[in-house]
Amino acid sequence: MSDTTVLVSQSRLSSPPAKMIHSLFLVNSSGDIFLEKHWKSVVSRSVCDYFFEAQERASEPENVPPVIPTPHHYLISVLRHRIYFVAVIQSEVPPLFVIEFLHRVVDTFQDYFGVCTEAAIKDNVVVVYELLEEMLDNGFPLATESNILKELIKPPTILRTVVNTITGSTNVGEQLPTGQLSVVPWRRTGVKYTNNEAYFDVVEEIDAIIDKSGSTITAEIQGVIDACVKLTGMPDLTLSFMNPRLLDDVSFHPCVRFKRWEAERILSFIPPDGNFRLLSYHVSCQNLVAIPVYVKHNITFREGSSQGRFELTLGPKQTMGKGLEAVLISSQLPRGVLNTNLNPSQGTYTFDPVTKLLSWDVGKINPQKLPSLKGSMSLQAGASKPDENPTINIQFKIQQSALSGLKVNRLDMYGEKYKPFKGIKYMTKAGKFQVRT
Amino acid sequence: MLNMSTNNLSYNDQGGSDSAVEVGQETTPTTNAGAGFGLFSTNFKKNDDLKEMLESNKDSLKLEAMKRIIALIAKGKNASELFPAVVKNVASKNIELKKLVYVYLVRYAEEQQDLALLSISTFQRALKDPNQLIRASALRVLSSIRVPIIVPIMMLAIKEAASDMSPYVRKTSAHAIQKLYSLDPDQKEHLIEVIEKLLKDKSTLVAGSVVMAFEEVCPDRIDLIHKNYRKLCNLLVDVEEWGQVVIISMLTRYARTQFTSPWKEDGLFDENSERAFYESDEEKTENEKEAKSYMMDPDHRLLLRNTKPLLQSRNTAVVMSVAQLYWHLAPKHEISIVTKSLVRLLRSHREVQYIVLQNIATMSIQRKGMFEPYMKSFYVRSTDATHIKSLKLEILTNLANEANISTILREFQTYVKSQDKQFAAGTIQAIGRCATNISEVTDTCLQGLVLLLSNRDETVVAESVVVIKKLLQTQPTQHSDIIKHMAKLFDNITVPMARASILWLIGEYCERVPKIAPDVLRKMAKTFTSEEDIVKLQTVNLAAKLYLTNSKQTKLLTQYILNLGKYDQNYDIRDRTRFIRQLIVPNEKSGALSKYARRILLAPKPAPVLESAYKDRDRYQLGTLSHTINTKASGYLELSDWPAVAPDQSVRNVEVIEPVKEWTPSLGKSKLSKSSDDKFYSDSGEEEEKEKCSGSSSSDDSSSSSSSEESGSEAESDEEKSSSQSSEESNKSSSQSENSSSESDSEQKKKNATKKPPQKKTVKPTAKDSDSDENGNVAKEASSSSAEESSSGSESGSDADSDSGTEHKKKTKSKAKPKMEVKSKKVVSLLDLDDFTPTPVTQPKSYVLSPSLLGDLEGLSLANVSSTMQVSGPAFVPEKSHDLLHRMTGKGLSAQYQFPRQPCLYQPTMVSVQISLTNTSDHPLEQIHIGDRSPTGLNIYCFNTIECLQPEASVTVSLGIDFNDSTQAANFQLCTKEDQFSVSIQPAVGELFLPITMTEQDFRKEQGKLLGMNESSATITMAAENTTSQPISRQVATVANLGVVPSGQDNLHRFAGKTASSGAVVLVTVELKESSTALITINTEKSVMGPMLLRDLKQALSQA
Repeated sequence: MSDTTVLVSQSRLSSPPAKMIHSLFLVNSSGDIFLEKHWKSVVSRSVCDYFFEAQERASEPENVPPVIPTPHHYLISVLRHRIYFVAVIQSEVPPLFVIEFLHRVVDTFQDYFGVCTEAAIKDNVVVVYELLEEMLDNGFPLATESNILKELIKPPTILRTVVNTITGSTNVGEQLPTGQLSVVPWRRTGVKYTNNEAYFDVVEEIDAIIDKSGSTITAEIQGVIDACVKLTGMPDLTLSFMNPRLLDDVSFHPCVRFKRWEAERILSFIPPDGNFRLLSYHVSCQNLVAIPVYVKHNITFREGSSQGRFELTLGPKQTMGKGLEAVLISSQLPRGVLNTNLNPSQGTYTFDPVTKLLSWDVGKINPQKLPSLKGSMSLQAGASKPDENPTINIQFKIQQSALSGLKVNRLDMYGEKYKPFKGIKYMTKAGKFQVRT
Repeated sequence: MLNMSTNNLSYNDQGGSDSAVEVGQETTPTTNAGAGFGLFSTNFKKNDDLKEMLESNKDSLKLEAMKRIIALIAKGKNASELFPAVVKNVASKNIELKKLVYVYLVRYAEEQQDLALLSISTFQRALKDPNQLIRASALRVLSSIRVPIIVPIMMLAIKEAASDMSPYVRKTSAHAIQKLYSLDPDQKEHLIEVIEKLLKDKSTLVAGSVVMAFEEVCPDRIDLIHKNYRKLCNLLVDVEEWGQVVIISMLTRYARTQFTSPWKEDGLFDENSERAFYESDEEKTENEKEAKSYMMDPDHRLLLRNTKPLLQSRNTAVVMSVAQLYWHLAPKHEISIVTKSLVRLLRSHREVQYIVLQNIATMSIQRKGMFEPYMKSFYVRSTDATHIKSLKLEILTNLANEANISTILREFQTYVKSQDKQFAAGTIQAIGRCATNISEVTDTCLQGLVLLLSNRDETVVAESVVVIKKLLQTQPTQHSDIIKHMAKLFDNITVPMARASILWLIGEYCERVPKIAPDVLRKMAKTFTSEEDIVKLQTVNLAAKLYLTNSKQTKLLTQYILNLGKYDQNYDIRDRTRFIRQLIVPNEKSGALSKYARRILLAPKPAPVLESAYKDRDRYQLGTLSHTINTKASGYLELSDWPAVAPDQSVRNVEVIEPVKEWTPSLGKSKLSKSSDDKFYSDSGEEEEKEKCSGSSSSDDSSSSSSSEESGSEAESDEEKSSSQSSEESNKSSSQSENSSSESDSEQKKKNATKKPPQKKTVKPTAKDSDSDENGNVAKEASSSSAEESSSGSESGSDADSDSGTEHKKKTKSKAKPKMEVKSKKVVSLLDLDDFTPTPVTQPKSYVLSPSLLGDLEGLSLANVSSTMQVSGPAFVPEKSHDLLHRMTGKGLSAQYQFPRQPCLYQPTMVSVQISLTNTSDHPLEQIHIGDRSPTGLNIYCFNTIECLQPEASVTVSLGIDFNDSTQAANFQLCTKEDQFSVSIQPAVGELFLPITMTEQDFRKEQGKLLGMNESSATITMAAENTTSQPISRQVATVANLGVVPSGQDNLHRFAGKTASSGAVVLVTVELKESSTALITINTEKSVMGPMLLRDLKQALSQA
């Protein structure tokens, strides 16, 4: 036993540092490693100590630097769903390569288990391991398309678990995957549906910073088209827009034929099976963006007094006749605020005295009766007046409308005989929408 | 194993080197095999049962056990004890079980080398499996087992897999190369051979992996890339995203060693001219570039052009790698095209933002213009993480200039008030940098910073003091007020760095504040012992300086402080005190030095330069790990400087592709001069036809020329049979048979064609060449050869084909438009050929058979015994076009149609029709498309809607119509945005055929089958001129799209074709008799079409 270890360590000394991802550790928010996977030789989990150090130094979980150099390794981590995915790297590699891959891993887990939590990963540890094994070979990404992975390893469902326990069958695909070999690696072969449907969701998010006086400092629209395509065979779709020139900067799913877009501004593609993001686009801030909501605020702290006023009124603006829904206000109040005593005209509000986070679930805005939140804040006695008023973050949704005015013209299908059911939905949401007060 | 149950109690969380196997409480939720134990006590659940389960006969139990073992491994527990039990299952039939065993094996083989060898034979067997996926997975596991003894086996397996038929297996072998190399670096030389071989691979699947292996094993062997450079550039778009990243970064390094710098001579980047560029569109920059003497290597341009579309990738790593490629390789004015995409990435996950912002920070130092229009995208949000905030601040500072400083400062004002004090402090530094960089705002900034001195937060105040100190140093004369103000605030400031800064300032400028300085020193003397070290040092400094300038007031104070310092705990302070005392206090020992004390202590000091932390980051290649951590990561490959003189460009020339382009211009011209122009042009509708013609003109007799119409596989098989005819011939066919196992037919032909021509000239093959059409011929040949390149380059089947097809169509259209007015319609149809070159489906005849090759083949076909019939190109394309829509009825839209006699692109059963649409009105016509059609079942492949047709413009589109072998007119509606016009296309019967080539023998055989009621004949009196073979062929070809069949008799002329829709054979015989009479016989099973064709032929031959 000891002989072999010596031998191994010798050979490793002389070998060049291998590139790409060496190992992966999953760390939960309390700093426990709950899963490890090595694609090359085993790296001791003590390497994570450097990560834990950085974690301790960081005031917030998000502040842990994504790239941490250690004497012999480099740790590149992403934080998703309160789990750190820490990749161990031995030598030079584009950091985005690793980060992008780790996010792809999280997306895959989410796709498989519905949620990507510590519990879900622990419950499905074997599937997780099988997935990780297929996704990387020797640290280099091999199969990252969810459609291919699903051919290799079937996602666990309640029904399948029951069936598996009774019949002893497995959730590893019986037939060998062919998708990897085809010219359209993103699509499974032999897809069959009785109802052939193709749904497209145009979702736009508006990012904005509104200053104290209500004028827009910056605003831009980021949009995506998410698709859910359940079509038999090998359909070839084309999607055209009424106003494709609106799209300032686009990025595509690999299935989209780029040349066709360049020449004709038409999206032509053989879709993956199931859910996927067809396109994401950007409508630049140079264009004027209509801000659909306004906020009237009056937040004051008086010097020397232990009371502060808090008044907030919301109203719709430039919404093209569509209603604002699911409005949610959140704000990080200054540290000096002890408690609040506020009165919402509708919805519910909460204030957490520890984190100083105020959140107000407004719901739907009725233009006749504008929602407001008024009341007082009690401040720490003797504490000085905070420098800055809190920033207000707003979330909302507008159904049936894309703020940029983007409209899908038509969807055609070639290559298959049947007539699919087609549906397009539009929605606008607030992205990072902040009001400075 | 047996003492396991006792070990259970000393449960070790770290696992690791612990040899015992722990199970503890961890059981996967699916565990039910251990349930029997669980009834009694969970503590008894142990690994004994795992071993038992693995050795049982039931797959389900084994699987259960493996799942539990995998769960152990996932937690980092040691499960190596079970190795013997697990390895036995390596050959299991159950796929999931097998996979889990593989996972286990790869994890523990290194520790259990002897036992691991037991599994090797299983993999060796699987390497020979007929299923490519099994071969691949066997190689994958075999190469992942890190057991040095099996290195020779691995080497053998890799070599074998590298020449596997399946690209997937070849890809796996590329992965295995890296694994073997890290296991045994001594194999390097052999592995490089394999890499060299795999680099030549044309599959997109392999490209990324092999370049990865190249980067790992032999990144310095740049010479291996030369020959594959162009191929890699062309494949890049179709490679999977991870491979793209690797290839792009490799090509970046390659380009830096092989091309000369596209940047201006002076090297320094000129901000002003840059901004001018920024506004201008691409056209202008192109012109600008040409104006300079620098000429970019076409290969350099190829790389830039082919990577640009990848900026649209959804994969952030790909976008970043293209951005860095442009940064390091593109001419300065072209770099800004990456801006938009980089800014887009800022919407992505936080970690992505972090890396992208770092790179933007480095870029924005050198080139503000690139990101200035997107300044607002870098505004900080209160929800950003701290490191994101500071990066954004950095970029905003870099972007600041005279024009935008007021906007930026207003934004900074908000940040200073932020609750995140660390960030506020960062903002103050940023303000300081803006103040030094832009002299217009220095005073404003300074005033603002002074106001901050009364801030309640001490970090903010401290930072302000430090920054003010630096600012004052740059222009101390005017600012004694500020120094006084700061001295007054001194008591309230507790941060040591700030206090030290104020002390230094007062000391440095003590002559400007003569009243205050001694007072500050007095206060410091009081608190000296309780100050921080850094403050103490500055106090000593201040004391020394005051002693020199104002010794009357401060002598005692200074001595007191120096005494305190002498006994300080910190040796730095003691040292400093001793040094100062010797320097300033004159005594007998001090000698010469004290004379210079004033000049030493009060020397004018240069102002500090406030500069970005990212200033020198660009010494690392952007997007790399080294750039991110700002130190050289292990394995970082330095980006070399541009060579002063470009290395030999011809090393990248690849014979396989080149000759295609080479022979065409030269040969085409020479042939053209030889052959009669008249003939050449009359047949110009079809490329291969022209080839035939040129072939025939070079050969001696016309009968052999017609035999050159032999096409496709037929010709090849012939060739092999009669290979003894010439030595050249035999060489070729042997090379062919070598390839034939792996390559598709069409590809072979291309190779043949391209290898064949003996005259090779070093004409540089570039895409630009193909665009320049000196005459129609050259342009066409070149573009068709580039089409071959693309189709042979990517094996991506129908997808790639249709893509390149559309691409070509566009190219053709754009070319056709300007030509239309000038030249005759022939030119158009000639160019339209491009549409067909990449579709091998309907036309198996190779287009790339070079004339010389055809000439070689001519002799062979005489010995031909093949009975297959091939569709050939049309012998003649009628120029006659028919009115589809008159401009009067069409309200300005006029349309004409003609039959190009091409096999239809869309469906083989369709007849292709070409429609030229012209707008004769004075307003643009929009949305021209095809509407309702009748009969309703009529199958028409419509052209894509024409969005807009400008006045006086015309456009040619092609339709495919399935006439169903009848001459019934196809009626449909031609619609514009406003109107609809009913039009109809009435085909002559002759247009419903496709010409085929066959031998005389076959012709007779077929004719024998089609006698009786399938035969119709008539005797006519021939027109005088129609008595020789050529005019007859011409006349027949005019009437019907038929191919000429070689005939042994002078008085017999035979023509053959098949109907487009049903593929029925149509045979025409013209037998010349005495006194200019002729017997026309038509044999076809289409009893309606026969007589119709006969009527048309009668008319044509007798009339003319």
